[in-house]
Amino acid sequence: MNNTLRGVTLTLTLAALLLGGIVASAVLGQLSVSPAEVGGSLLRALGIHNEWAPADSIVESTLWVVRFPRIAMALVVGAALAVAGAVMQAIFGNPLAEPGVVGVSSGAAFGAAIAIVAGVAALGDGAIALFAFVGGLLATLLVYFVSRANGRTEVVTLLLTGIAVNAFAGAGLAFLLFVADSGSREQIVFWQLGSLNGSRWSEVLIVALVTAIGLAAAVVLARPFDLLSLGERNARHLGVNVERLRIVSIVIVALLTGVAVAFCGIIAFVGLVVPHAMRMVIGPAHRQLIVASAVGGGVLLVLSDLLARSVVTGGDLPIGLLTSLVGGPFFFYLLFRQRKRSGGWA
Amino acid sequence: MISARNVGVRLDSRAILHDVSLEVRPGEVLALVGPNGAGKSTLLSVLSGDRKPDSGTVTIDGRDVGGIRHAELAQLRAVLTQENSVSFPFRVSEVVAMGRSPWARAIESRDDVAVVTAALEATDVAHLGERRYTTLSGGEKARVSLARVLAQHTPVVFLDEPTAALDLRHQEDVMKVARSMAADGRAVVVVLHDLSLAGAYSDRLALIAHGKLDAIGTPSEVLTAERVESVYGLPVDLHQVAGHPVVVPRR
Repeated sequence: MNNTLRGVTLTLTLAALLLGGIVASAVLGQLSVSPAEVGGSLLRALGIHNEWAPADSIVESTLWVVRFPRIAMALVVGAALAVAGAVMQAIFGNPLAEPGVVGVSSGAAFGAAIAIVAGVAALGDGAIALFAFVGGLLATLLVYFVSRANGRTEVVTLLLTGIAVNAFAGAGLAFLLFVADSGSREQIVFWQLGSLNGSRWSEVLIVALVTAIGLAAAVVLARPFDLLSLGERNARHLGVNVERLRIVSIVIVALLTGVAVAFCGIIAFVGLVVPHAMRMVIGPAHRQLIVASAVGGGVLLVLSDLLARSVVTGGDLPIGLLTSLVGGPFFFYLLFRQRKRSGGWA
Repeated sequence: MISARNVGVRLDSRAILHDVSLEVRPGEVLALVGPNGAGKSTLLSVLSGDRKPDSGTVTIDGRDVGGIRHAELAQLRAVLTQENSVSFPFRVSEVVAMGRSPWARAIESRDDVAVVTAALEATDVAHLGERRYTTLSGGEKARVSLARVLAQHTPVVFLDEPTAALDLRHQEDVMKVARSMAADGRAVVVVLHDLSLAGAYSDRLALIAHGKLDAIGTPSEVLTAERVESVYGLPVDLHQVAGHPVVVPRR
């Protein structure tokens, strides 16, 4: 298959999955709503009067207060995490780098937990996001400077650094759980598991805004990311200001991960699975890869969330549990395959 | 074109390079030779602007190399390094096209396709265009990387041991590519270990030993049996083949 055909196929597949996922998510649940009612309600919101729109105000509010914000949150958080993964892999020069695996997510969760326990969270949604961003930024910086040697990151060093950062952030979270009152304790547990339950439009707006900024910045940097895969020295010889690129990228990763974690907790492996799958279909060139990852991440989380809230009747599984359940074995597969091919991941 | 004056580099208070002065002229192939650890690669990285010398100056067209912005320097000089792994499975044609990125916003970008095609052909890798770089053999990777450097199309080209991973024929091919770049009026600086190869293809030869410039001149001037013996600590015989010096260790 040639490149254009692959691109078109991928776009169509993702669009179909996305549309199906969104409709299914809006329709399924404790209160069943027909697809016609969903379409009608959407049209009415756009100012077009029609006969499919639900007459029942409970249906209307279920859609607009509960289901739509949750779907929108899944889309933007999935996009944020997948783009963060793609950017991280580009600057680490390693396809195993992922915010969850190397500890950026737990750093952000630690930051968010501090905000909750210290009572800063009362200042509003922005405060938690800010603390999560700072936590994520510190973790990214730490991992970056510890795990790099001679301009590349060896997989062993990367994973070991991830273990250390995860352990430290885990200990910090445990300590906060220990000192927190029972209300904060529940909130922190929610962070550790990850969930899209109870997403509000105000939160969706913040995440969407940050994701849009991060995505735009990553697309602008796509060409330098391509050149960086030649190694740092070669990228510099081709005119890339590597130091500046690194710092900007680290801020992008921390922003995207921080804002996702702040409102939905730790949802691991999205940044690993999605860019990898996209790379297999359309190749490693970063402009297409980053855009495709954003869409793919959104699709993955919409579908995962649908699964999370429909697999147990009446229950709502944490989505982070679900992504790790799938992502863990996938990570093993990647490690195994790479080791078989080249005897390590240098 | 490039001028180094009294260049010195220290690492942990040990002098890696000491008081090296040399000129690189347009239209010539200048070979840097010398024993392992003599400072050839360090000299190359100082000349190419990768590394700031601790003393002395390096200028390109009269301007201090350290003061030129990354993007502009990339239009002036290209560097083939010894380490050429690529982190993601890009196609060979994509890797070579990356060499064009310094010209992305310049008028020269209209030649991109022609330059990339010519570079692929000159290095004998046109048939690999659609292959993934990560699946190539060592020698193929080395040639593709050379094609990338060729595609950058700069007035100065630095090659750090471009023949290291190559078989006899491809070694000759690479040096012919270096010669044809010089014939285009470009300056080529190449680090080599094979003295006979350096003798056959370079206009001038700089012999580096213990961080100093031991001798510089035409191959016949520099490659004398006494000098090679004293620098490498090995008795050698010197022959002339087709007007070029050939160095053979006395066994």
